[in-house]
Amino acid sequence: MLREASPTPTEGTTMAIEVRIPTILRTHTGGNKIVSGSGSTLSALVDDIDGQHPGIKGRLVTDEGKLHRFVNVYVNDEDVRFTGALDTELKDGDSVTILPAVAGG
Amino acid sequence: MLRIDRASYDAIVAHARRDHPDEACGVVAGPEGSDRPERFIPMLNAARSPTFYEFDSGDLLRLYREMDDRDEVPVVVYHSHTATEAYPSRTDISYASEPFAHYVLVSTREHGEQTGLAGDDVELRSFRIVDGQVTEEDVDVVESYLFGHTPTTVVYD
Repeated sequence: MLREASPTPTEGTTMAIEVRIPTILRTHTGGNKIVSGSGSTLSALVDDIDGQHPGIKGRLVTDEGKLHRFVNVYVNDEDVRFTGALDTELKDGDSVTILPAVAGG
Repeated sequence: MLRIDRASYDAIVAHARRDHPDEACGVVAGPEGSDRPERFIPMLNAARSPTFYEFDSGDLLRLYREMDDRDEVPVVVYHSHTATEAYPSRTDISYASEPFAHYVLVSTREHGEQTGLAGDDVELRSFRIVDGQVTEEDVDVVESYLFGHTPTTVVYD
């Protein structure tokens, strides 16, 4: 189900972006399934979330600054691999979903 | 221990056989907190490979949204090995990221085709994979969850 967009931002407020956290990363969020953050790009959002929930960035982004291949990140319905990865632009009311890839050999 | 109903067990095995020699994959979802696999959901192996499986990224998002809306979790995550034993590979372990799921592996290396003869059962084993540690567990197949091995109080409403 698509999540409802947040109310229109008023001038001067920071952007509110809902981020859905998978089970395996909820140790970083005190068990919360959904956290809120801000940032004009996915990269900035990850930094903001990491500030609130230390350690989460290391689970998403490699030392080389790329998204881990083990995780899929979506902005609304789009896999960010097709929209610029960490450079994907965000706007207020966007919903970000993080899911571990289900894969193996 | 994985406790699974006969219908789900058979559906996993049938899927693995059908897709042989490619790997088959899917989940059996169940109510959050129940540890009871109830809803069999075969997934497309986007890799279409005999040595790798991967849920398509769009399918993955739809699957998790649907489970979320139904208050379900992936109780079982299954896939097949088509040339090796039913034991998690290094790749399986590196990707495993559902600490509460039962990782079910089916090997179709000996018996991809259903022959109907005695002894053509496929190998099916279940594991927990947590922080890179693999622990095998018993598999208890019950005819139904209502009349399973554990005595329960049946409440009719």
